[in-house]
Amino acid sequence: MKLVIGIVRPEKANDVLEALYRAEVRGVSMSRVQGHGGELDRVETYRGTTVKMGLSEKVRFEVAVSDSFVQPTVDALCEGARTGEVGDGKIFVVPLEQAVRIRTGETDQSAVTPVVK
Amino acid sequence: MSVLELPLVLAQASAIDTGDTAWMLAATALVLLMTIALGLFYAGLVRAKNTLNTFMMCVAAVAIAAVTWALLGYSLAFDGEGSLIGGLGHVGLSGVGFEPRGEGTIPHLVFMAFQGTFCIITVALISGAVVERMRFGAFMVFAALWSVLVYAVLAHWAFGGGWLAAEGALDFAGGIPVEMGSGFSALAAALVVGARKDYGRQALLPHNAVYVLLGAGLLWFGWFGFNGGSGLSTGDSSVLAFVNTLLTPACALLTWFVLDLIRGRKVTAIGAATAIIVGCVLITPAGGFISPGWAMALGFVGALPCYAMIVWRPRTRVDETLDVLAAHGVAGFTGILFLGLFAQENWNGIADGLFYGDAGQFWSQALAAVVTPAYAFIATYVLLRLVGAVMPLRASEHDEAVGMDVAFHGEEAYATGEGAILVAPDADGEVLVADPG
Repeated sequence: MKLVIGIVRPEKANDVLEALYRAEVRGVSMSRVQGHGGELDRVETYRGTTVKMGLSEKVRFEVAVSDSFVQPTVDALCEGARTGEVGDGKIFVVPLEQAVRIRTGETDQSAVTPVVK
Repeated sequence: MSVLELPLVLAQASAIDTGDTAWMLAATALVLLMTIALGLFYAGLVRAKNTLNTFMMCVAAVAIAAVTWALLGYSLAFDGEGSLIGGLGHVGLSGVGFEPRGEGTIPHLVFMAFQGTFCIITVALISGAVVERMRFGAFMVFAALWSVLVYAVLAHWAFGGGWLAAEGALDFAGGIPVEMGSGFSALAAALVVGARKDYGRQALLPHNAVYVLLGAGLLWFGWFGFNGGSGLSTGDSSVLAFVNTLLTPACALLTWFVLDLIRGRKVTAIGAATAIIVGCVLITPAGGFISPGWAMALGFVGALPCYAMIVWRPRTRVDETLDVLAAHGVAGFTGILFLGLFAQENWNGIADGLFYGDAGQFWSQALAAVVTPAYAFIATYVLLRLVGAVMPLRASEHDEAVGMDVAFHGEEAYATGEGAILVAPDADGEVLVADPG
């Protein structure tokens, strides 16, 4: 059981969602974050004030999956988020101690398995 | 405008009327406000990353069209009685002074400025078809050429003594050059520039419905100057057009509410904003010609084809992004024809429509409703192809993805300032003043 964290370009967020959907990964959270990687600073000017924007808008996906789903999730994130330019983002896979589905109290494996209706 | 064609029975040469002049000065300012209001309306309808670029296209229209109008457009539209195009007598505003134009009662300068604000908003309207992907520079070049080659020509045909007016076509406040002119040009522009890269693949939603409603409200406010000023006086036709500008959009709103309810069981805010625009456009050509009763009927009935177009268009591959064709082209077309049916001489003092005994008026209107879209569409299509041959019309895929605000203006509409490093604030060197690293 792993937590897959993908930090991607906001304009690729929809492509990532589509790719995850195609990989049959359900159960996703996403949030808007700001971060700095290796990409060039963007220069903006407001009246007389010129600034370098050191932080870029990113979207952070968090997907908790069972072990067999780790690779498909990582592949989907890469496929959806890649442009080939600096700034495409990062993926982190971290071990997950416990997961609980609040509604039923199910834990771990069954908690990260989507309910199929 | 059409009042100019009236055989005004005046014993002496007409003189300046201070009341008329005062109102026309205010009306001109009201119409100018509409272009900024349109910028707000359009900005709300696009995605957050394109807010400023969309707004700036309207601001650029003010800058460009005001200048081209003064230098050349006004002369081509309003100098002389040429059938297809005006003369060059007023190039650079020569001969435009404090004396009235023809039989008018306001200074020629005021007339020129009032008409100029119409040219400005028409140019701005077309931007709605190409937002979120057209290069800012290419749009400005297009705007300059279009304001002269398309707007001035159509304005001459309708208002400047050109052949459409000579054929008897009536247009109170710009159904021909402004509404049909922008609507069908917008369709051509959308076809030439092409769809946004995510069109038809992702949901591209309005990012701020409050801007949309506020923009529509300010447009409606400005439209009282647009229609109410188009009598060029404080006379009966101005009063009639002013009142009809209240009634028609209100009726269009009610129709839109009902249609929204039927279609989705909810009355929508962006639908309401659209209905305000549609109602104002519907009454634009007919404002000073039809009774308040028929103006209400026009709002109720005229909203139907526009609504149908707005529902149908997104199912096509044509990314005419902000539905300029539906809200302006189709509504202008409807208004132009409607006045041919229901104009009443006892209200307007000029002409009756088909249902009041003059079928010929309807055919004159039908002629305008066929020729105007054809000219606007073809001329714009060719013009944009030519501009496209000289410079790229579209932003790169990368710029389109990142957003037009950052790509073309180096600004964001909703900048937070987090992570921003100040560069040389006191202008005495390219030193980084605050570097967290």
